[in-house]
Amino acid sequence: MLRSDLGEPMNFDFSEDQKLLQKTARDFLESNAPLALCRSVLESNETYSSSLWKGAAEMGWLGAVVPEEYGGAGFGHLELSLLAYEVGRALAPIPMSSSVYLATEAILLAGDASQRERLLPPLADGSTIGTYAVAERRGPVTPGAIETRFENGRVSGAKVPVADAQAAQLAVIAANEAQGLSLVVAHLDHPSVTRISLPCIDGSRDQGRIEFSGTPAERIGAPGAGAELLAQIQHRAAVLVAFEQLGGAERAFELTREFCMQRYAFGRPIASFQALKHRMADMYCALELARSNAYYGAWALHHDAPELAEAACVARISATEAMHLATTEMIQLYGGVGYTWEYDCHLFYRRSQWLGLLLGSLPQWRERLVQALEAS
Amino acid sequence: MDFDDTREEAEFRAEARAWLEAHTTLRQPDDAPEPGMGDEASQDLVARAKDWQGIKADSGWACITWPEEFGGRGASAIQNVIWNQEEGRYRTPPNIFTIGQGMLGPTIMAHGSPTQKERYLKKMLRGEEVWCQLFSEPSAGSDLAGLRTRAVRDGDDWIVNGQKIWTTGAHYSDYGMLLTRTDPGAPKHAGITYFIVDMSSPGIDIRPIRQINGATGFNEVFFSDVRIPDGNRVGAENDGWRGAITTLMNERAAIGGGGAGLGIKELIQLLRTTPYGDGVALDDDGIRQKLADFHARSTGLQYTGYRTLTALSRGQTPGPESSIGKLVGAPLRQEMAAFALEVLGAAGTITGGDLAMEHGAWQRMYLTMPGLRLAGGTDEILRNIIAERVLGLPAEVRVDKDKPFSEIPH
Repeated sequence: MLRSDLGEPMNFDFSEDQKLLQKTARDFLESNAPLALCRSVLESNETYSSSLWKGAAEMGWLGAVVPEEYGGAGFGHLELSLLAYEVGRALAPIPMSSSVYLATEAILLAGDASQRERLLPPLADGSTIGTYAVAERRGPVTPGAIETRFENGRVSGAKVPVADAQAAQLAVIAANEAQGLSLVVAHLDHPSVTRISLPCIDGSRDQGRIEFSGTPAERIGAPGAGAELLAQIQHRAAVLVAFEQLGGAERAFELTREFCMQRYAFGRPIASFQALKHRMADMYCALELARSNAYYGAWALHHDAPELAEAACVARISATEAMHLATTEMIQLYGGVGYTWEYDCHLFYRRSQWLGLLLGSLPQWRERLVQALEAS
Repeated sequence: MDFDDTREEAEFRAEARAWLEAHTTLRQPDDAPEPGMGDEASQDLVARAKDWQGIKADSGWACITWPEEFGGRGASAIQNVIWNQEEGRYRTPPNIFTIGQGMLGPTIMAHGSPTQKERYLKKMLRGEEVWCQLFSEPSAGSDLAGLRTRAVRDGDDWIVNGQKIWTTGAHYSDYGMLLTRTDPGAPKHAGITYFIVDMSSPGIDIRPIRQINGATGFNEVFFSDVRIPDGNRVGAENDGWRGAITTLMNERAAIGGGGAGLGIKELIQLLRTTPYGDGVALDDDGIRQKLADFHARSTGLQYTGYRTLTALSRGQTPGPESSIGKLVGAPLRQEMAAFALEVLGAAGTITGGDLAMEHGAWQRMYLTMPGLRLAGGTDEILRNIIAERVLGLPAEVRVDKDKPFSEIPH
């Protein structure tokens, strides 16, 4: 059943306290993460900005939803959603999705008391970066096609692509064992681990390959529960990534609007031409629909509602579409300069694909959505 | 973020519900649907609507947002939403008074004379007199200020000649709010005068317009030497555009809600029951992708509506951004209807009998949606509104704005 059948939402917005937290995050990122920072990572061999990562840790963002007993800030997912939104606006070159939305969420969801106690504090203070090592080949991840094995406390197999493979010290890994697919956690500073960085469409973020050869690992969650856990983790992360996409789309749109107001052709600002005004109106509509769906996702995530699967899918689909539209139109409306390396349009265009493909692409999420609708 | 009423809202809802419970019964799923906007309204329906309005008025549940001095209860916008939600759950006739009570009444309150307020508002509130809006003309639709219906002063009267179009309910209305051209030598916005017209005046000829969906909810209204007393003028001579703006601002507030009709649930039902290859349509990957796309857009619209309600609940006024409801919703429903017909294949052409799903409702939706994309601001006008009033982009270049109206080519 959809929540919409239940009634009359009169409080479908974030609270003043939550907005204050968001404002603090925006101020911090405006000072510490201008687009030049994203560009500097893109143009260097770095895989992320370690100084910004430290700053994010000091602001308490990395452990936003980690309980205070494990060194976190003890906020909820509504707060984390707004932080993700600001990270998205800044195109911040840090491994938020890998470490916070995926690895930390996986341990919160499936780890036992001892695992939470050991693994969460270093993730919450940023001293450990986590990642999510699931895919092994081209195309969608299907649990049946995973060849990585987990036996006698050791994991073996090759994972590719793995986001932030170089930066991470810990990985949540999908691996098969006798009872079926399970999730295991391994530290990556072991000699049995080899990893390489792979050239990536968004050089301000990182993709790589990790090979495990009998690497010590521990299971999180029940043996054989991997497929179900992966689905849950993906749904949770999809909501948070949707906020990043929304933030990126919004910033791209704002910059495009400003550019069109200042750029003159035929004696007028190009923003006065109806052909462009109507395209910007359509971008605005896509952005607002995505915002509304993302809010619904945040509500479902915060309340751990039975509608989470459906809500995550619609949040993911419309955020991906909105960022794709905003960033492709950005280059088109800027015109020739938008196609230069010097202008920032390509930073948004690249990030749009990086985020849009990270958790599986649109056709997969559309299929998942229909499955969720069939089940409801 | 939650889905609950505030305490005050919950109390108001309970009060509304208790009154409705005492005066009518809950709507049931198999009740026949009532006609909507754009459908013709029968004499019987008009009579039922007037009766119900009178019952509401006796208990103070008519026009609840109107100030108390005019018979309302000064309710907030969010209370009005709650009232409409609750009333919608019960067996009540459709509201044929929206144009008067929602748009024209507030215009009379803002710009009418004390005599006009005294004479018209109470009967409007009680539904004893029905009102229509005489704005659009054959050559003044999106460009409303280009209207050409002439009013010429003659002693204490005005004499009106011209034609109005798209007038909902003209044939059962007692009064109309009429925009006329009174000074063709002035620039277009500066030569318009606003009148109240008695629809039974000699010289008014009302002809129904048959729409492409076969219904006749709108009319053409012809004026031939129709006399209107000067006492029926609303606002100053040649200052009618100011009143028109008040009416149009209230139009945006009066529309909204009304998400009835076929949606995702019915589309899934169609896909589940339509044979397709070796299985049913819902098994097909291409169809599933399209369904997901429709669903994500539908929820996006629905939750955008929730955000608007939230703003209302906090006492904020939703601005022109609420234009996206119709701009996204109407084409979406048109696409969904076309898609449903596509899935049905050649049977999609059948509008009645056993082969037709939902008694031909998908085909009716297909034939109705083109009208919704034009009514109350075309898609293109709505994009202009978003671009200029929400995004602050430069206004269109106006070549006719400062010229005398009589010199504008047409």
